[in-house]
Order: sequence, then C-alpha cells, then structure tokens
Amino acid sequence: MNSWINLTALWQIVVIGLVVGAGLPALFAIGMRLLGLHGGARAQTAGGETTDSDALVGGSVAGMIGAALCFLIVLAAIGWSIWAIYQSGHPHK
Amino acid sequence: MVGFSDGTLDSALWDCNSECVGNDLVLVLVVVTALSFDFTNGFHDTGNAMATSIATKALSPRIAVGLSGVLNLVGAFLSLSVAATIASGLVDTGLVTLTVVFAGLAGGIIWNLLTWLLGIPSSSSHALIGGVIGATIAAAGGHAVQWHGLFSKVIIPAGLSPVIAALVAGTGTWLLYRISRSMSDGARSHGFRIGQIGSASLVSLAHGTNDAQKTMGIITLALIVNHSIGATATTPFWVILSCGLAISLGTYMGGWRVIRTLGKGLVEIEAPQGMAAESASAAVILLSSHFGYSLSTTHVATGSIIGTGLGKKGAEVRWNVAGRMATAWVFTLPSAAIVGAGAYALAHAIGGDAGIVIDLVLLVAVAATIYLRSRQSRVGQDNVNDEWTGSGAPSAPATTAQPATA
Repeated sequence: MNSWINLTALWQIVVIGLVVGAGLPALFAIGMRLLGLHGGARAQTAGGETTDSDALVGGSVAGMIGAALCFLIVLAAIGWSIWAIYQSGHPHK
Repeated sequence: MVGFSDGTLDSALWDCNSECVGNDLVLVLVVVTALSFDFTNGFHDTGNAMATSIATKALSPRIAVGLSGVLNLVGAFLSLSVAATIASGLVDTGLVTLTVVFAGLAGGIIWNLLTWLLGIPSSSSHALIGGVIGATIAAAGGHAVQWHGLFSKVIIPAGLSPVIAALVAGTGTWLLYRISRSMSDGARSHGFRIGQIGSASLVSLAHGTNDAQKTMGIITLALIVNHSIGATATTPFWVILSCGLAISLGTYMGGWRVIRTLGKGLVEIEAPQGMAAESASAAVILLSSHFGYSLSTTHVATGSIIGTGLGKKGAEVRWNVAGRMATAWVFTLPSAAIVGAGAYALAHAIGGDAGIVIDLVLLVAVAATIYLRSRQSRVGQDNVNDEWTGSGAPSAPATTAQPATA
C-alpha cells in the first residue's frame, strides 16, 4: 500500500468484483440450465448435448428446484447489496 | 426549480445580512446551473446502464429510458452520505467562491454537451471535477489544487477502473457462454434478456446513487460558501429531491447518440454479453464506492462492454471506436478545466453579478448552438439500433439510414 494507490482496496475490488460481478451471473446461467432440464424420458431423445427446444422450462422437477435455489441466491445477494448501500448512506438511523 | 417553493431555502437564508442580497441572486443562478449540469449528466449517462439492453432488445428503447429514469430517482435517495465530497480533497475549499462553482459547472456542461454531440461516452464526473479545478486555478492559482488528491482519488482510479471492469465482464462472458453452450439460441437469448433487465436496473440505481450525489455535493458546497447553511449541515431535502428529479428527467430524455455508440459501436452485443457487462459494471461501481472511490460510471461501463468483446470467442472489439473514447477521456479533465478557467476569468473581469449573468448568457448560447447542430444528424429511439457503419462521425449512419423520415 502506498499513498498513490490503495493496493488493499484494489485487490479486494478485483477479487470480490470477480466473485460477485462474474459469479452471480454465472449462477443465474446455471439456474437457467437447470430450469431447462427435461423431465423423465424426454431427456434422452435428442441423443446429443444440444436440445432443440427454445422453451425456458424443461419440466424436470429437480431441475426446477435447483433453478429456484440459484435464482434465490442471486436475488438475496442483490437485496443485501441494496440494503448495505442504504445502511452506509444513512449512518445515524 | 422544485425546491424553491418549499420553505427550507427561505428559512435557511433568513439570517443573511444585507451584503448577502447580491449573493442570493448568484446562489439561485448557481443552483439552476448545477441542476442543468445534473440534467446533462442524466442523458449523457443513460447508455451506461441501458445501451446493452437496448442493443439486445431486452427492453424497448422507451421503456429502457423510463425504467432507468425512475431508478436514478430512487438511487438518489438511497444513499445520502454526500456533503461536499466532490470538491473536498481536490481543491482548497476555503478558496472556493460562488463564482468558482458557477464557472466550474459551466465547464462541465459544455464538455458534456460537446461529447454528447460527438456520441462519445465521456465521464460526467471528470467534466465536473475538471471544470471546478480549472475555475479554482483561475481564481487562486495552482497551489489551491490538491494535486496528490487529484491523482490518487481521480486520475489513477480512472485508469484502473475500465481495466478491472473489462476483466470482470470478460470472465463473466466466458463463464456465461461456457455454462449455456448446450442451450438453444432462442432459450439462451430469452433467459439472458430477463437477466439483463435486472442487471441493467442495478446499474441505473448505482448511477443515481453515485452521480446525483455529485450535484448534491456541489449545491451543498454553494450553500455553505454562501453561508446559507452551516459548514457541517446535512444536505437539505429540496437539494436531494431536485437533484434526483433533474438526473432522472435527463436520463429519461435518453442520450441516444451515446447509447448508440456504446450499444452498437464498440462491440456487437448478444444477451449473455449484455448481462455480463451490466453485472460487472454494477459490481465494480458499488464495490468501489464502498471503498470510498467515486468512480466514473462511464469508464466502468465502457470497460465492461469491451470486456464482453474480449471474453467471447470470435467477437470483435472496434478498437478505433474505443481509441476515440480513450482520447476523449484523457482530454476531459483539461478541456473542462480550460472552459471553467475561461468562464471564471470572464466573470471576474466583468465583475459582480453582471459577470455571472453574461457567463450564463454565453453558456445558454453555446448549449443552444450544440443542440441545433445535433438536429442535423438526429439519433433517436427509432434509429438507435441501426447497423453501425461509421467510424469517423458516429452520427452519419443515423441520417443515411433514415433518409425518408424527419
């Protein structure tokens, strides 16, 4: 740390920025993948990795529960960050 | 003019002695000019939050600017840790007068309008800081500027923030494409467009929280300089409300020229890239303000968009467009400073209230000229997403693409 650059803050911004700024959208993407999982026998019909459906919801119950969990974590993180900004901006309340 | 109808300002001025009478006129002019700057800040920066959502059609242009406007207003109320942060640590606030604040705002407004005309997303905060510093140098000399603070708080973070944002957005883009590669194109676009609405909303909120406060800080500084409120007073409510409304209204106007450059000019953006860019911007802006750095939203958003071009295989970043922006960024502080210094010198040479009034007339004349010039190559919500063809003049493709309509 020197007087020109606060290196401690810098690496924290980079690391937390990566976790939050890239990790949360990645979690959202995982949620979408899970949501798109097909339920039952339909999952095997395509044979390859790609699905030919444009539908967001595939029908797998486990997938939907997993997706809901992912989306909840993303929403909770956003809610917490807004709350944190509000707290730091109203210090005496 | 919202705030003047309630009693706060009048009562704050209640115990002003007779020599303040001349200053009250100037104070009103300074407040109006500050709100005008806030307005330009709004439309200049709409693209930071919404350009990628408009480009990927996650939101229609009109809904995007409406949503962004509302969230900027909400953001203005979200955090109130303002005081005179924009100037303290950068200039010796003891030497700042109302004329200095006014001249600084004039410098910021003119640079904002010029870069908007050229469709270049440049930092509104740098324009404001540059203007105030230039006016301070003209008024009191170079020693009144705290150069170390200027470098450590403004210039070095400005150099680093786009790089960090690009790193985060590039990583995010790579992850999103990697995770979603087995999805069909239709499902992927649909899903990430929904995500984009959320992430773009966060950037708008962060913008309101950061940028509306800069003008609040300037108006608070003017009130303190004029002894209308005490040096330790909190920001009056009418200041918060009027600044929030000004930036919100400006955002709703939509800086279509800048939106076009950011959304279409830099990188051809798909929905996953848009979501990655906006998430990275929101994270970097909010984290940095947590650590006490008041970053330029513009630098972060631009860095993020470039990052999404780097993180996707086969995507192309138009480096000539990025280069034009970087050039404008380097010139923002000194250019706004020169205008600010000139505005101060003129007002000072004429002297008194008349100097400021003549400055204001000139400012309005320049603003009107720039506005009329912009009408010759209009960019609006109807043609903002047209194919990017220009490299030199970003406004040219917009006119050629719409020859039949007004």
